[in-house]
Amino acid sequence: MATVPKMPKSWRVETKPHKFCPGCGHGLVLKALGEAIDELDIQDRVVFGCDIGCSLLAWDFFNVDIVQTHHGRTTPVMVGVKRARPDRICIAYMGDGGGYAIGAQHLVNAATRNEKITAILVNNCNYGMTGGQMAPTTLPEMKTETTPYGRDVEETGYPTQGPEMVAAITREGAYTARGTVAKVRQLKNYLKKALQNQLEGKGFSFVEALSGCPTNWSTNAKATWAFLEENMTKYFKVGEVKVPVKEEE
Amino acid sequence: MKGTVKIALAGEGGQGVQSVAGIMVEAANDEGREALYIPNFGVEQRGGVSLAFCQISDEKVGAPKFRDADLVIALSERAVRRTRQYVHKDTLFIYDSSMQGIEDELPRNAKKVLAIPALEIAKKELHPRVFNIIIMGAAIEATKIVEMEQAKKAVEKRLGYKFAQNPKLRELNFKALERGAELVKESLA
Amino acid sequence: MAEKPITDEKRVFMTGNEAVAWAALAAEAEIMYGYPITPQNEIMHYWTRLAPKYKRKFLQTEDEISAGFTTCGGVLAGKRAFTATAGPGNVLMQEAMSMAEMMRIPTVVVVQQRGGPSTATVIYSQQETTLTCFGGNGEGLRLVYSTSSHQELFDYTIKAFYMAWKYRFPTFVLGDGYQAKMRESLYLYNPIEKGMPLAESYPFLGQEGRPGVEREPSHLRNTYNTEEELYQIISGYVEDYERMIPEVVEYQVSDLEDAEIVVIAHGIVSRAAREAVKVLRQEGRKVGYFRPITLRPFPTGKLREIAPKAKKLVVAESAQGQLFKLVQEALYGETVPLEPYFKPGLGITGEELVEFLQSNFGQ
Repeated sequence: MATVPKMPKSWRVETKPHKFCPGCGHGLVLKALGEAIDELDIQDRVVFGCDIGCSLLAWDFFNVDIVQTHHGRTTPVMVGVKRARPDRICIAYMGDGGGYAIGAQHLVNAATRNEKITAILVNNCNYGMTGGQMAPTTLPEMKTETTPYGRDVEETGYPTQGPEMVAAITREGAYTARGTVAKVRQLKNYLKKALQNQLEGKGFSFVEALSGCPTNWSTNAKATWAFLEENMTKYFKVGEVKVPVKEEE
Repeated sequence: MKGTVKIALAGEGGQGVQSVAGIMVEAANDEGREALYIPNFGVEQRGGVSLAFCQISDEKVGAPKFRDADLVIALSERAVRRTRQYVHKDTLFIYDSSMQGIEDELPRNAKKVLAIPALEIAKKELHPRVFNIIIMGAAIEATKIVEMEQAKKAVEKRLGYKFAQNPKLRELNFKALERGAELVKESLA
Repeated sequence: MAEKPITDEKRVFMTGNEAVAWAALAAEAEIMYGYPITPQNEIMHYWTRLAPKYKRKFLQTEDEISAGFTTCGGVLAGKRAFTATAGPGNVLMQEAMSMAEMMRIPTVVVVQQRGGPSTATVIYSQQETTLTCFGGNGEGLRLVYSTSSHQELFDYTIKAFYMAWKYRFPTFVLGDGYQAKMRESLYLYNPIEKGMPLAESYPFLGQEGRPGVEREPSHLRNTYNTEEELYQIISGYVEDYERMIPEVVEYQVSDLEDAEIVVIAHGIVSRAAREAVKVLRQEGRKVGYFRPITLRPFPTGKLREIAPKAKKLVVAESAQGQLFKLVQEALYGETVPLEPYFKPGLGITGEELVEFLQSNFGQ
């Protein structure tokens, strides 16, 4: 019998194995998130919102309260919850299309209003659920279903630098970072800090997680990791972009 | 007087048409009557004809706008042109006599068309700022929608804070109301 | 606890937008989310002035999509939440309202109709009837109250909260620019003192207890995997909706006994209709009046009872047949002729309706 890797306590055992494609990075992001929730011991206070796209498959993932919303609209739903119930820890979980395209106005405005929520955005360079179209994060020259000859930046612009954008428009209390599923421990730390920032009521917190999509990239395990660790991280710099200013001791 | 009195007031922005309408309906409401007032409003914040529809009745008022006014008061040439559509055989149409060469524009189907020198009196006898209060006095005399005393109370309610600083203003405004009423009374006599 | 916004019943003279803000306070709405659009702005203006005094909240969002979805969020968090919109804002709002429909989120939306399509006018119309009743990619499982006066704006805004939470269908108060901006008298009251129950709100998310340990987690979704699954869900909703109809449907009638012509109108146009009926009755004309107050669900039963007794039904509206379609659907199979009086985007006066009805009597 194969050994089952230890699950975070906040995961819902009944809904495992999860519904993401084999090799998908969502499971790893959600593992890091589950551990962060466990370590902060906030399972009974979390309200988790997930978007449309692959992120919707997280709708029954945790033993926390979850609402699955519309494409791009998880941010406003979580803002609505947080404004009505400031004692809840609200997490808006979305993909790159949901956050940077159809829901960009919500992300931008939640950030500028410094909403005390945590937004987590999974960047896998394409629209996964709908079959691999170009996303705001598709790399230059990268082939997708709607850029079959490769993304032409003259035609379609350059990939969105999300955390950098959010960092530029937020105030001192905000937290912004980019992690990757290739470094789950670091990603977990970023997520934990982002949640901690909400717990402390400092400001908007945002973590982008670089993630693989072998189904739509048509890559095997090795090529998936190579693309993630070489191509993606070359363009999308991993690390903290903005951390709240430390108060003087 | 029949059930509902319908009044259309029109002028240029700044002539105080909407505040007169507001004070009149407030006066009627305070008397326990039913009143309805709707300003025309559009995307132009300035520059259009300012038009106020007022209705006063002893029972609940019907539709907020109407086609056949009992009284139309038009304070500018554009207002005359704009309000002709609300005139019918029983309408009293009042306009300010300071308008020149407007004769051809005046409605021909009104019960009576009346020119009153409100602007001139405001300038010469009172103060240009009470022009609209003269108009209010005229409207009240023409329609008897409220007693003069009630009208004064409503003016007091609206402008009391100004009167407190300068009691002469009270006298000026009340005088304007009375002069407005006299102008109509004389013309209809 | 903050003091009550309204204690004793009192007669006031105000705009409809102000009446809505007072009604939301009286109904103990806890939070408003909103985005500016004429002619509903003053609802927000009054709310933002009054709300802090009574410990209520407000959020100005980035657009109506967000206003709709934040309202959903507020309700999911267990609060009596509402928003208000008009015209193109109502169009954007429909996305969130379709989610509310699917997830049975008891949102309250006040719509002050303006001209359409597009930006059109900021003034008035009845052109958001179809949109408000059937907007979104769904079945129109909503409650829509079409008001005709400030008293009704006040009464039905209070009622909207109660009904939304009781039946868990998104609920709309359908006013218009005239009702928003005009002034007339009404009575403000505290519904509790009138023995009217308040909406019982409760959280859909964020309940007490550790999920998965002390209670089942709330896992709410609007996405289903199979046609059969969706069909089952929607069928259940439709059953709930149909069961609700006799309990919520509302209409107003007058002068029907011997009426040969019945004039049908909703919202503010019903005032012109009543005026016209009154005038014509004084002339001895056999004319009656029917006004649906709930447009969704539509008072089909009552209308089908009236229709066979009349020689003609006149449908008057400030739109090109949006009420007419509801009437037609309700009367399918009946043979009574329908006479349209359509003025899209334009107010309808009592005088013009009198003339139109007279002409229908063959004068």
